Amino acid sequence: MSQTPFIDIKNLSVGYTSRSGKTIPVLRDVNLSIARGDSIGLVGESGSGKSTLALAAMGYFKRGLHVISGQVQFDGIDMLNISRNDLQHLRGGRLALIPQNSGQSLTPNLRIGQQITEALRLHSDLPANDFDAGVIDLLSQVRLPDPVGLTDRYPHELSGGQQQRVAIAMALASNPEALLLDEPTTGLDVTTQAHIMELLRDLAKERNLAMLYVSHDLGAIARVCNKVMVMYAGETVLTGSTKQVLLSPRHPYAHGLLASIPRLHEASLPQALDGRPPMPSETIIGCAFADRCKLADKTCHSSPPPLDRLDTGEAVRCFHHDQISQLNQKSQKSARSMPVAVDKDTALSLVNLAVSYTQPGLLAKLFASQDTPPSTVDRITIDIKKGETLGLVGESGSGKSTILKTIAGMVPRQSGNIILNQTEPLDTMVEKRPSAYLRQVQIIFQNPDDSLNPRHTIEQILAQPLRLYYGLSGAPLRDRSIAILEQVRLGAHYLERLPSQLSGGEKQRVAIARAFAADPEIILCDEVTSALDVSVQAAVLDLLDVLKRQDGTTYIFVSHDLAVVKAISDRVAVLYQGRICEIGPVAAVYSAPFHPYTDALLGAVLEPDPDVAPRLTADDAVELSPPKTGCPFQRRCPRKLGSICETDIPTMQEIAPGHVIHCHIPRADL
Amino acid sequence: MLFMLIRRVFLGGVTVCIVSLIIFAGVEMLPGDACTQFLGEYQADEELLAQCRKDLDLNRPPIDRFAEWTQGAITGDLGLAADGKTKISTIVGDRLKNSLLLAFCAMSVGIPLALLLGVISGLWRDRLPDIIASTLAIFAMTIPEFVSATLLILVLSVWLGWLPGIVLTSAAAPASEFFPEILLPVIVLSFVMCAHIMRMVRSSVIDVMASDYVQMATLKGVPYWQMVFRHALPNALLPAINVVALTIAWLLGGVVVIEVVFNYPGLGRLMIDSISDRNLPVVQSIALIVASVYVCVNLAADLLTMIANPKLRTMYMRK
Repeated sequence: MSQTPFIDIKNLSVGYTSRSGKTIPVLRDVNLSIARGDSIGLVGESGSGKSTLALAAMGYFKRGLHVISGQVQFDGIDMLNISRNDLQHLRGGRLALIPQNSGQSLTPNLRIGQQITEALRLHSDLPANDFDAGVIDLLSQVRLPDPVGLTDRYPHELSGGQQQRVAIAMALASNPEALLLDEPTTGLDVTTQAHIMELLRDLAKERNLAMLYVSHDLGAIARVCNKVMVMYAGETVLTGSTKQVLLSPRHPYAHGLLASIPRLHEASLPQALDGRPPMPSETIIGCAFADRCKLADKTCHSSPPPLDRLDTGEAVRCFHHDQISQLNQKSQKSARSMPVAVDKDTALSLVNLAVSYTQPGLLAKLFASQDTPPSTVDRITIDIKKGETLGLVGESGSGKSTILKTIAGMVPRQSGNIILNQTEPLDTMVEKRPSAYLRQVQIIFQNPDDSLNPRHTIEQILAQPLRLYYGLSGAPLRDRSIAILEQVRLGAHYLERLPSQLSGGEKQRVAIARAFAADPEIILCDEVTSALDVSVQAAVLDLLDVLKRQDGTTYIFVSHDLAVVKAISDRVAVLYQGRICEIGPVAAVYSAPFHPYTDALLGAVLEPDPDVAPRLTADDAVELSPPKTGCPFQRRCPRKLGSICETDIPTMQEIAPGHVIHCHIPRADL
Repeated sequence: MLFMLIRRVFLGGVTVCIVSLIIFAGVEMLPGDACTQFLGEYQADEELLAQCRKDLDLNRPPIDRFAEWTQGAITGDLGLAADGKTKISTIVGDRLKNSLLLAFCAMSVGIPLALLLGVISGLWRDRLPDIIASTLAIFAMTIPEFVSATLLILVLSVWLGWLPGIVLTSAAAPASEFFPEILLPVIVLSFVMCAHIMRMVRSSVIDVMASDYVQMATLKGVPYWQMVFRHALPNALLPAINVVALTIAWLLGGVVVIEVVFNYPGLGRLMIDSISDRNLPVVQSIALIVASVYVCVNLAADLLTMIANPKLRTMYMRK
């Protein structure tokens, strides 16, 4: 399908001017051409310049950025020297963008209908009377339920998946010829993401669109793109067909990136890609990746490699692209420290735990209203053994984080018990718990930017638990802090730094160090790798695993990413609407027989492999509260039996020792 | 929605009640009372004082007097001033009218000007219009009002002779008679209030212009000014509502310095005069009025924010 380029970017360099007056490039001499019907995936770590490149295709540069050299053409039109008027006509017209975070990209004060009408008014030849019908047509094209009702809604009244679909509908309003997608599914649930990817795939095929898909998610790229371009430090390092790049990457960076992704069918930790990309302000003499590359030699550090075109159609910026096979041998994945001699003793028991966020208001109390909504979390009974890692998975709203916060004493529980070390019941709220119990249960949060005090140095951050629980001060405090920092593979020179001077991965290491400083029995991990790049994620997972092996710590690991949970956990509980659907050893939960919800979740995972298609069994409807009676999954279940699912709580079926499925479907049929 | 409204009005009422109690208690606790002040110059003996206190009904327990005072205040009868003759509602009423007049004039100049300048300097951030407006704003905020007022009197009134430099109209005169004397105080006040609101609007416009939805609107091909008026300003001006409300309350509460400099007969000057005269009933009344104004204006601002902000609006309407 590759004819004349439709979007054509030639030798583009983009940069900003630093305070010292120097021009600092964020894109360096990048070429990209997309033909009609082509769909190109743009991959790289954060800061690699991929979003800048995508927006450059629209002739748009963020404040402060300017073109240093190069050309951007769209269907022969020079996008860098074009009148404002013509540019407005093209943007959102023939060339439409689907933004990264639709929740923030939809104007909060305008109704959905108004925003799509605006796109129609600007870019279609529809007569004004037909706008309403046009809006409803677009909303149904992206398969949104109740399109008529939706037009009157404001963006904040929609779920993330719905907002994303509205953004897609808005982009389609002008009947565009090219679509730019800037991480369009980041932050969405797996099932929602899979559904949206299928929608985009169909649209692209139907309309013969040229697509540029920016993402760090190789699974999504594998699903919609036929070509991939990998960027590193503002440069193209590898281009090729999706199969070539994802299955046999010819660049060490792409190789490392792929190895760092946890896979569903592998029971080991992914291979971490050490180091971090250079900052735009650093001067790079040789290959930008040389410092992190296992194949690097003298030449790599002294002269920049050219982008070589290979006979196979790929283009690689590497001196040693013929030696990639050596990397495969070097990177023998360390099989994970399987059962770390799991103790027989129970570290923590959750007994019939229930949590409700809706406090009955004064009026409801007065009138003794019977209409109280069902609890957010209910009937959670789990025993966690010492040294075990329990994974909690589920989509947003599944109550997994709520359970963690309840254990930590940050959310009051409605009923049930939390028992530490078999005998010590924990108070509902953290303020009432004795210091000894507090020390034993530590938590690591999702986003280190929010959980580390930006005005405290790393030393102050680590000193807090050490002072509080061990009364250390002076030299012993400092020595202990350094020891802990070294454990998380950061050195003593980090003590004086502030969190803002650290990279995302380093910050999360500090958060881990703070948790381990208390020498706890149990660590609660709340989506600890979700805010990190995949390569960094692998390193953090590896670190958690090593520390656990040293100290025999028990983890409760919450994540929406099924592959991550599989890689790190011994046992997994699948949650839906705050109720357990299935619980058991990792290997058992991730293989048949399944709970219908587990099946739906696993089927929706997008693997970074163009040959593997997702199986979509359940729709991605969003439920705001669990059903009052019966099975929590009844409304979305593809295998619903009938009224019994609506009335009766599903029976616990023990499939194998320790593997329990809560479902009415008889065991043989699961 | 209605429930929320009732709750807010009720809470506002409670606030005013608590404030009135504090004012009353505060005044009670001061040494001396209306009689020591009234009779002070005659070197009053105990007998005269006692007689006076009996006449003015000061011997009853404070709770009774507080109840009577609040009852009167609700019906608009604020009682008698310390001299025992003048009705407070007449004195305060005239002054309140004058303060309202001044506030209204300053607002109608200052608020639109502030919004306009704020939007302009936000949109042309770090460019000439912004640099001029922001520099002026910093001057307006840092130069004390009495300095800028005096300077303006010197230039506009003494040197150029364009405007009268001082207000000579009596407090009870109708509003129309305050022109053109009121113009100078209005100019100074608008200058000061304008600066605060402008800075706030500017930073809010800058935030919104850097938001994802403005970028999205641009990349959707929305022409610049349409984008500004439809997508950016409605969101950028929301936070301004509360700043504007605070400024209005400040204006209505009496702008003492300006009133003194220009000899303007407003609430602020009455307050100062009454304090130095120990005319405590008047002080109480003014404090109560100012507190009520604050409560009302803030209530209005919150309601307006709620109506203008779709997030809050839908929270209360669609349930």
